Amino acid sequence: MAAGRPRTLFDKIWDSHVVERLPDGTCLLYIDRHLVHEVTSPQAFEGLRIAGRPVRRPDATFAVADHNVPTSDRSAGIAEPESRIQVETLEKNVADFGVPYFPLRDARQGIVHIVGPEQGISQPGMTIVCGDSHTSTHGALGALAFGIGTSEVEHVLATQTLLQKPARNMLVRVDGALPLGCTAKDIILAIIGRIGTAGGTGHVIEFAGEAIRALDMAGRMTVCNMSIEGGARAGLIAPDETTFAYIKGRPHAPQGEAWDRALAWWKSLPSDEGAAYDTTVVIDAATIVPLVTWGTSPEDVVAITGTVPDPASETTDARRAAKQRMIEYMGLTPGQRMQDLAVDVVFIGSCTNGRIEDIRAAAAVAKGRKVADGVRAMVVPGSGLVKEAAEAEGLDKVLLEAGFEWREAGCSMCLGMNPDQLKPGQRCASTSNRNFEGRQGPGGRTHLMSPAMAAAAAIAGRLADVRDLAR
Amino acid sequence: MQPFTTLTGIAAPLPLPNVDTDKIIPARFLKTILRTGLGKNLFDTLRFNADGSENADFVLNKEPYRRAEILVAGPNFGCGSSREHAPWALLDFGIRCVIAPDFADIFFNNCFKNGILPIRLPQAVCDALAADASLGPNARITVDLERQVVVRPNGDEIRFEVDAFRRHCLLNGLDDIGQTMAHAPKIDAFEERRRAEQPWL
Repeated sequence: MAAGRPRTLFDKIWDSHVVERLPDGTCLLYIDRHLVHEVTSPQAFEGLRIAGRPVRRPDATFAVADHNVPTSDRSAGIAEPESRIQVETLEKNVADFGVPYFPLRDARQGIVHIVGPEQGISQPGMTIVCGDSHTSTHGALGALAFGIGTSEVEHVLATQTLLQKPARNMLVRVDGALPLGCTAKDIILAIIGRIGTAGGTGHVIEFAGEAIRALDMAGRMTVCNMSIEGGARAGLIAPDETTFAYIKGRPHAPQGEAWDRALAWWKSLPSDEGAAYDTTVVIDAATIVPLVTWGTSPEDVVAITGTVPDPASETTDARRAAKQRMIEYMGLTPGQRMQDLAVDVVFIGSCTNGRIEDIRAAAAVAKGRKVADGVRAMVVPGSGLVKEAAEAEGLDKVLLEAGFEWREAGCSMCLGMNPDQLKPGQRCASTSNRNFEGRQGPGGRTHLMSPAMAAAAAIAGRLADVRDLAR
Repeated sequence: MQPFTTLTGIAAPLPLPNVDTDKIIPARFLKTILRTGLGKNLFDTLRFNADGSENADFVLNKEPYRRAEILVAGPNFGCGSSREHAPWALLDFGIRCVIAPDFADIFFNNCFKNGILPIRLPQAVCDALAADASLGPNARITVDLERQVVVRPNGDEIRFEVDAFRRHCLLNGLDDIGQTMAHAPKIDAFEERRRAEQPWL
């Protein structure tokens, strides 16, 4: 370790996890926590079985089913045969290999990226991986957390390590205070709109600045969650008192003397004064407004007060063609006001925005109001514990009275793998993370936004500016 | 893993930017517990109409590209999810090399684990290769990993870069896990030290 050279948070975590450095710079990196779900793990466990290999550290591995699970009544199990087989395969695998698992009827079940922090499994300074690109969520705790493919899932199960090349450091600093009506979701959409969907390729983004510091842990998780939509391998935020207060007392958090030792180490992790970043982006929080996406790439952001852009203004033929395809797929006309777009479905949930704070934000907008006629509005808690917490606060009643559906925990309509799907042509105001073609169901049209904005859309029956409701 | 040494085959042009993993293989096809059989749904929404019929305009539905083994793609290919089903679908269709200006990180990584060679080349070079690929049955391009060159139909050679370790693994068809197991004593020592110094981890 180079003494004296100022290092970033990423550098410090990386350096402390290198087991071996190969001649070409590839590192064998130790992995502290491995989260497993049903979609990207069956082939990995099968690989272990064929090779006769055990899971090296079942104590550092946690499994939960989330992508395929129905979010309606589960007493009859999973109706869809392929989904059922995938979940049953996970259940067999965790039993055979001794991996801790939260079953469907356990209150701790939920979306893997909600469950990890909630249980205190995810902690500062750790390397955390999962066969899912939104693993970057856990970076909010000051961990290096990133998504991996199934071959790498098998590699981690077998060896508790990964072969990786170090990423480049990118600093995204959001200065100042966020205007009223704006949230963490607007921050990350603004960042992706600025750097583009490949802007972070090859980098780990450290989010910093006053506006990031001011976020609670839920907001920080929203920001880090969508690092991948900016192309970054991971996103992270230096741990601070907000982080420590969040972790303390959670089931898997260190306790007693271990807590004190861990805390001392966590406090040494923030980037050193003068640490070098390969790329720096600075955003003034005061310029952020409530944002929505119009197209089929997360970089296609526009102010809610804005209009659908004109593909003719693109600079290259390929980009013009791509934007034209988006306009047609999304059923839009250049120049159309975003607020004139009627919605069929509203989805509030996902690993991006399925935490209790998100449900509170939606309920605050919904309270005393009604979902517009003809709109299906659903709220899907990110975990069984989030659901319980919301019910203890009476948020379920507020939402149900307003005409929202109140469902069981899972990935739900974030991706078309379970019964919650858009029908072709349906337009959805969604708090999820991807607006790709067909992401929420074949032919579905997704507009990404914050929970408060999605709730406002449900009330208005069209995309709406949450600031108008507050006035 | 099947070694990758030299590949000569039909190249299909697909110059769209930001082809995401949902475009490569939509989520509804991820319910398999196998690695094989995904080729029939590769690029499903681009390849097929809503009624299930083939979209005649899509490149892989045209001859000779139904037999394509190389894809010449646009920037940020493979962005989105970590699903290894994306390279599995490409491989199952018969594609073993993707050439693009750049790739999303996780997809890029996943390719190497499956004997697929992703090659980064500048946009202008990709444009020229896409034009070559548009020549139809004459669009045979050679990818020589040993020499790190792409050979155009006119015989011109284009040099490409690839990590030494990844090249070694592809050329020899080596499985990462077996190689990492050779470092087991170092992993043991690392864990032992950590247990003493940071027992909560």
